[in-house]
Amino acid sequence: MSVVPAGTLYRGKVGMWSWVLHRISGVAIFFFLLVHILDTALVRVSPEAYNVVIESYKTPIIGLAELGLVGAILFHGLNGVRIILVDFWSKGTKYQNIMFWIVLVLAVGITAYFTPGHLARVLEF
Amino acid sequence: MSVQIEIPNSPRKQRVTNWEKYGWLYMRISGPLLIVLIFTHVFVNLFTGEGIKQIDFAFVAGKWADPFWQWWDVAMLWLALIHGTLGMRTVINDYTEKPKLRTALVGTLWSVSGALILLGTLVVFTFDPCPPTSSPDLLPSFCEAIASN
Repeated sequence: MSVVPAGTLYRGKVGMWSWVLHRISGVAIFFFLLVHILDTALVRVSPEAYNVVIESYKTPIIGLAELGLVGAILFHGLNGVRIILVDFWSKGTKYQNIMFWIVLVLAVGITAYFTPGHLARVLEF
Repeated sequence: MSVQIEIPNSPRKQRVTNWEKYGWLYMRISGPLLIVLIFTHVFVNLFTGEGIKQIDFAFVAGKWADPFWQWWDVAMLWLALIHGTLGMRTVINDYTEKPKLRTALVGTLWSVSGALILLGTLVVFTFDPCPPTSSPDLLPSFCEAIASN
């Protein structure tokens, strides 16, 4: 009897996709962090230099990217809690699947809650 | 000729510090701390008040006038950048096949992170919220009181 793999690709289902999302969000946040330390360091140059550069964070395109950043931070942080629970909680592996969906709903939900106000500011409604 | 084999079930000798274990633990200890630090940072700066529109020199100067936020941001800097560097190191180790390339990439990674941690820490603690040559409109309101003394 042949065994049909469940799910797609690495038959990982939620386990694989949470790993993929954790890695992509982590790398994205890392590169933002490098830029963010450099832009903040401009306060040590002059108020004018800092204000000119920080203005670019208030433009529509970067403003949209900031929604992605907030979503990535929420997902990475909450999924990190899920990983810790899988590692240290005796029932972690039993509930890892439902925990992934809780993480996703929270990350998407909080980002959605943040979106209207933020878009109104960067798109100047 | 007899072959000398190890006694079964004898624990392996741990001669050097197990850095991989401490790296693994660091991710799980810094993670929850970073959730508190970064979620609060994002909430205060982007979710409340005028959000992204309020961010300018005066806003940062107003926060860093308080040692509480200075230490908050420095803690975030160190914990997050080391957490991110360890994560990127894992990614590099996963995808590089050649040992020389791997060593070069991980070496570059730690150099950049070390330089940014040093830069960020110096910026937070040597920062002047009221530079004397700048226009008062760009500075936090408390600078006027200092200037008039």
